[in-house]
This record gives sequence, C-alpha cells and structure tokens, in this order.
Amino acid sequence: MDIPQHHLLILSLVLLTIGVVGVLVRRNVIIILMSIELILNAANLNFVAFSSHWHNLTGQIWGVFNITIAAAEVAVGLAIVIALFRNRETVNVDEMNLMKW
Amino acid sequence: MDAGLAIFYFFAALAVVGGVMMITRKNAVHAAVYLVLTFVSVAAIYILLGAEFLFAVQVLVYAGGIMVLFLFVIMLVNLEEPRRFSGGRLRLMTSAVVTFLLFGMLARLFARSLPGQAIVAAPATEGNLQLVGTLLFTDYLLPFEVVSLLLLVAMIGAIVLGRPRA
Repeated sequence: MDIPQHHLLILSLVLLTIGVVGVLVRRNVIIILMSIELILNAANLNFVAFSSHWHNLTGQIWGVFNITIAAAEVAVGLAIVIALFRNRETVNVDEMNLMKW
Repeated sequence: MDAGLAIFYFFAALAVVGGVMMITRKNAVHAAVYLVLTFVSVAAIYILLGAEFLFAVQVLVYAGGIMVLFLFVIMLVNLEEPRRFSGGRLRLMTSAVVTFLLFGMLARLFARSLPGQAIVAAPATEGNLQLVGTLLFTDYLLPFEVVSLLLLVAMIGAIVLGRPRA
C-alpha cells in the first residue's frame, strides 16, 4: 500500500490537535476524557504509520500497549468521575476545585 | 489515483469530521457516537497499513469496550450540559495560542523528519497476527506482563473508587 507517509502524519497531527482543543475548550469532564482518547489514538496512528513504512512490527506492538493503557486510563478516569458525581453532583471541571471536602 | 489511496482519504476525512463533531456536540451521547465514527475510521486505516491485529483490537477494545463504558457513565451521570466555555476571553485566547503553537511545532518536526523511500521488504509468509503474537511473547514478554499487571491494578482501582462509601 503506497499511502504517502506525510499524509498519515498530517492526519495524526490533525486528530491530535482536535483532541487538544477538546481538552482545553470543553468543560464536561466526560468529553475531556473522550478527547484524551482521541489524542492517544492519534499517537497510535503514528506508531502504525511508521511501523508500516519501515516494515518493522515494533510500532504495532507499542500500539497494542497504547490501547491497553488507554483502557486502564479510561476505567480509572470514569470511576473517578462517578465518585466525584456522587459527592458533588457535577461533571463540570470548573466546579471540581477541591481535593477533599 | 489508485483505490487504496482513495479509501484512505475517505476514512481520513471521516475521522476528522468525527473528531470535530465530537468536541462540538452539546449532548455527550452524540459526542460519544461521533467518537465511535472516528475510532472505526482509524481502524480502517490500520487495515490499509497492513495492521490487521491492531484493527481487531481497535474495534473490540475502543469502539466496543471503551465507548460502551463511556456511554454507561454518561447515562449514570447525565446532567444538564455545563456552559460550553466559562473561562472568558483570556482563557480562550490562551488556549488558541497554545494549540496553534503545538500544531506548528509538531508540523515543523514532522516536515523535517520525513523519512525517505520506504524499504521494500520481502513479502511475509506469515500473517500479521502470527508475527505480532510471536514478537509479543518473545522480545516484548516483560512489557506484556507489566501491562497485564497495570490492567489488574486499574481494575482494582476502578472498583475501589466506584464503590459507594460505607
């Protein structure tokens, strides 16, 4: 498959930037977590693009690890969201300003 | 333009549209569904790049597991959407500048580090899944085990955090 390498890099860069904008602009903590998933996916696309370009499977192995860590992150992150919601009745990050109450 | 390239552009556009819709939707459920669109498009690009195993993992873990978890939590905590942006003009400007700088920096880095001609490898006699599996259980055995431990710790952590307080 002869997809130009720089087009893949541009796609991953655009996805990463969309994720960063989502983290910075949105106030809903669930959407912020989803934006972080998008950032991780953009990084993964880079791993696979270079793996395919150099015919070296190491990039795909790290892609698998990346997905695993994303799953772990989202499980803990959403558990924190539920714990916060139980105590504060909010999903707005601007109102999450206390470590303890 | 050959078919593979056209399919790549189609799914790339779909991924970008899904991402943009995800960060602009008011309703969190709509945002989650658009994120599924992005994940499936990226999975299709993995197929084009010859990473069949990652395609399967992406669809199963991301589009299946993680997004169901997100939807589940959205249903549990769904409230009225907080105001789109409450930080005022200064924070919006700072965010824009930071994002633009990040974009420019990475674009410059990528443009400078573009690799040369691809290596033409001998066609593989084994499938992608077999190759990845062999590598995972030989060269990357230690990271593999460490990551499984991390998953266990994350699972216990999620259970402890999500448990109702006594």
